[in-house]
Amino acid sequence: MKLFVSDGNPHCVKVLAVLRYTGVTCDVEHVNHDERVVPYLSCPALPALLLPSGTYLFRPNSICRYLIELNGQESSDIVNQWLEWEATELQPALMQALHMVVLQGKGAETTRLLQGPLSYLDQSLSKRTTLFLTAEMVSVADVVLWAALYPILSDSSLTELQHWFERVGVLAACESAAQTALQGKGLKSESLKSYLQRQPAPHHGQGQVQGRGTQPCNSPEGDDGDCVLSEEEIQSAVVTWGKGLADLPMVPERQHPILPKEGKRNVLVTSALPYVNNVPHLGNIIGCVLSADVYARYGRLRGWNVLYVCGTDEYGTATENKAREEGLTAQQICDKYHAVHASIYQWFQIDFDFFGRTTTKKQTEIAQNIFWRLHERGFLLEDVVEQLRCEACQRFLADRFVEGTCPFCSYPEARGDQCDKCGKLINAVELRLLKEYKHDNYIHIKQLHLFMKPFLHQPMSQSAIQKSSLKPQTASNADVGARWLGKLPRKELIIYLFFHLQVFYVWFDAPIGYLSITANYTDQWEKWWKNPQQVQRVYQSVESTCSCELLWIRSNEPPCRCFLSEYLNYEDTKFSKSRGVGVFGDMAKDTGIPSDVWRFYLLYLRPEGQDSAFSWVDMATKNNSELLNNLGNFINRAGMFVSKFFENCVPAMALQQEDKRLLAQVGWELKQYINLMDRVKIRDALKCILNISRHGNQYIQVNEPWKKIKGDETDRLRSGTVTGVSVNVACLLSVMLQPYMPTVSQTIRQQLNAPPTVTATMLQGTGNFVCSLPAGHHIGTVSPLFQKLEAEQIESLKKRFGGQQVTSDNAAQTAVNGADAERARELTLAVAEQGEKVRTLKGQKAEKAVIGAEVTKLLELKKQLSMAEGKYQEPVLTKGKKNAQPAPTPASDPAAQTAVNGADAERARELTLAVAEQVRWGTNVTN
Amino acid sequence: MSLKELSSLEKALGLKKPNKYSTQGDRKVPVLQSINGPALVGLVTIATHLVQEAKRPELLGGSAEHKAVVQQWLEYRVTKVDGCHKEDIKTILKDLNSYLEDKVYLAGNQFTLADTLMYYGIHHVIVDLAVQEKEKYMNMTRWFDHVQHYPGVRHHLPPVVVLRNRVYTSGHH
Repeated sequence: MKLFVSDGNPHCVKVLAVLRYTGVTCDVEHVNHDERVVPYLSCPALPALLLPSGTYLFRPNSICRYLIELNGQESSDIVNQWLEWEATELQPALMQALHMVVLQGKGAETTRLLQGPLSYLDQSLSKRTTLFLTAEMVSVADVVLWAALYPILSDSSLTELQHWFERVGVLAACESAAQTALQGKGLKSESLKSYLQRQPAPHHGQGQVQGRGTQPCNSPEGDDGDCVLSEEEIQSAVVTWGKGLADLPMVPERQHPILPKEGKRNVLVTSALPYVNNVPHLGNIIGCVLSADVYARYGRLRGWNVLYVCGTDEYGTATENKAREEGLTAQQICDKYHAVHASIYQWFQIDFDFFGRTTTKKQTEIAQNIFWRLHERGFLLEDVVEQLRCEACQRFLADRFVEGTCPFCSYPEARGDQCDKCGKLINAVELRLLKEYKHDNYIHIKQLHLFMKPFLHQPMSQSAIQKSSLKPQTASNADVGARWLGKLPRKELIIYLFFHLQVFYVWFDAPIGYLSITANYTDQWEKWWKNPQQVQRVYQSVESTCSCELLWIRSNEPPCRCFLSEYLNYEDTKFSKSRGVGVFGDMAKDTGIPSDVWRFYLLYLRPEGQDSAFSWVDMATKNNSELLNNLGNFINRAGMFVSKFFENCVPAMALQQEDKRLLAQVGWELKQYINLMDRVKIRDALKCILNISRHGNQYIQVNEPWKKIKGDETDRLRSGTVTGVSVNVACLLSVMLQPYMPTVSQTIRQQLNAPPTVTATMLQGTGNFVCSLPAGHHIGTVSPLFQKLEAEQIESLKKRFGGQQVTSDNAAQTAVNGADAERARELTLAVAEQGEKVRTLKGQKAEKAVIGAEVTKLLELKKQLSMAEGKYQEPVLTKGKKNAQPAPTPASDPAAQTAVNGADAERARELTLAVAEQVRWGTNVTN
Repeated sequence: MSLKELSSLEKALGLKKPNKYSTQGDRKVPVLQSINGPALVGLVTIATHLVQEAKRPELLGGSAEHKAVVQQWLEYRVTKVDGCHKEDIKTILKDLNSYLEDKVYLAGNQFTLADTLMYYGIHHVIVDLAVQEKEKYMNMTRWFDHVQHYPGVRHHLPPVVVLRNRVYTSGHH
């Protein structure tokens, strides 16, 4: 059982108090207010209780009742009645009152709003004969009502109520729950405030129940509505603004090698190592390197000591297959695609500190070192495993390339390593009705292997996923992690070695890539990896994380975080290189769309929490609406006003209430941005940027500085103020944009001639929106930042990357290569002619067979015609909804690995290559 | 309105003697006057009481977990569905629809009090839905149709026509 709560949510006080009161064992996870825990609800609903059966409870009072019932207390009619009263009568009034006090500072209003329900409660209390509300014992009704009233009822003139409230409040459970959820501060709690800011204002008037569902919806467009700002917040925003640029050291130039520093926040960022046998597609890019790049860039801006390493994962059967396909050696394939990957990532401006590869000497050394250490400690054992071997090709068959019926769920197309349907891990030999891929002639062979003892990874993996050390960021990520770890016990000894061939299994070897790539970057790599007190590690792939952390045998809990994304689809289908569907890394630059815009769009739809789909039309819309009309428009207008009306010189500003409000709004969004970015909520943080420019556009629109500049002295001053504030907001935006769109950010700062310390000042602490371009500051030349993506351009791109779903047909081919108008016209005529012929034959009452033949011809012509017009699509067979992997995890390709042969590293390397090339051994190795 | 519901529920439960009800407050919360005890207030409280009186505990769910799910949807009915604003109706329908995707009734495969009260509470919304909307919320409509045909449930409410064939097949897959 697991309880999800969010800080500052008064309903969570209820459930936490009841949970502690009952002593029911249950995991508690603290999540954000806007976390969508319950999958079928479109608005976040917290608290939520995940029951052992997988069902969710999401109404607070029902959760409380359930917990109490687990403890053996049935609720009586009278308890039910109080719970219902609390939910339907007290809550609506309470929400309104909290809103008034906390957000609008109107404390006096509460008395009026709560008078009715509170005196009802007081009267009922004075009529009762029992110690508590319903009995001599505390009931769930007492706790729920107490928790509901906790923020608001510190002292009340209603004596009975006051006594009862204090009596319940001394319960340890209540006290500690209030402490957890509201820091024991009641109305003054910061988290309560931020919770309420996210709630829509309660409706007034009769019959109002809990307003608009009490929780805001996560709308994809990010129109979360305005936050409600209090007077103090506005004042403090003005104070911050006035501080100006701090006298801070600039973010220092990076000096390689970067090593962990004492007293600094040291962050090692890695992303899934992209597999080398193919060109990465957009899903791969967003799923691994790009997200990590944004985080690494952000970390550097924040002044952390960040090291971002990544590299290509090169060993494995898939490489060998690709090599065979292209007629090259495995090494040549690796070299070729490593270069392809590196250049694509460069184009996408992925700012690695080091981009390495796994086929290096260091990899061999470290892999062997770990192996020997395991061996010396007696952590290895021998066992026999049955494998498949193709006699014709003289090679072992990789599990992944064997297909058959799943022994668990009877899915007919299960792969040899895993069933795509039920997700269970399989041994290839367990598959029923084996229909081996391209090989008919296989035999079963038993072989001796070395295994890692399971006790080594099981307890570690359990604690790794459960404790905060590897705390997944969302519920679905937790699922991924749990599912992945769940597989470990089944394939008990997942990390093992090929004994007689002296090669490592890929699961053992691939994660070592992280270590070896770091080692190739600096000889002092161990400072990053064996230094848990100082270094925080951030990964972008659960498989690699687990294996890496498991293998990296240390004494301490790893201080690592792992964040994942879900799948990215292409126009509702799967990315497929073989079918030519989707945009691949190398083609992105041929589209003529700037790298920054690609980054923006991919990050905008970064699949956080659920799958998302790439769509050309959507990309154009987002470019034109968000970048061009919102962000670009605002920044450009702000700059243009300065240059056109004030001769490139930021005018004097006299802040009025409206300007101050904007400062507070922008400051709030900046704080949100930092808060989200710190937690690697990359997509959500991007929305904050767009919200700021939206506020900015509104502000300019309402104040019309272009009109006021032509007015009298007061009007001109007003125009100056609005322009000055706007251009400062633009400057802030350039800072916030830096991790997402580095080039655009640089351009804005050049155009505004922004001082170099802006970044450090604004992103310090929880964020400070200061006046960084004071009156008198000279800006540079302003020009538009973005270009419109036209419908025709998008149409043609869509055609170009739509793939060859229509194949093996001449007419279809024509359609793919641009609709062929000439051919279409010919076909139209032919169709008309043939139609006429059929009608004539029918009219003549010709033989059925004759008519039939002509009708077939007619249909064929019609089909060709629609193809030529580009309308026809061959029905594509789809096997359910399969998704493109966000990142080619090294884990999925079991294969021959680094050789181990005593301490002779060089020889081991030769062996590895030999295995890869299948020269020396004449076999291919599989698990 | 809620009094009609309670009287229909009494009939559905087969209770012989009708109870006496009144209402209190602006929201016309139902009150059950009782001879041998204090009055009960609130729709869910009274309905739960009636089910117990009729000795039909299965309508409140079997296991603790099942009971909790029933209670949850009863709570949902009186806090979310009752008095909801126009713009929230879509969210409610959408959420119910996706929740009911793999369920026959609100608490799984068994008919419970939650179905009855949710049906009563959401009827006025469903009556006004266009055919196309009903198709859009197909799972929810299927549930609704089940419940309105469940023996003895639909008393004071007019039946809602639900088409079994889909008319607008192209829109969603």
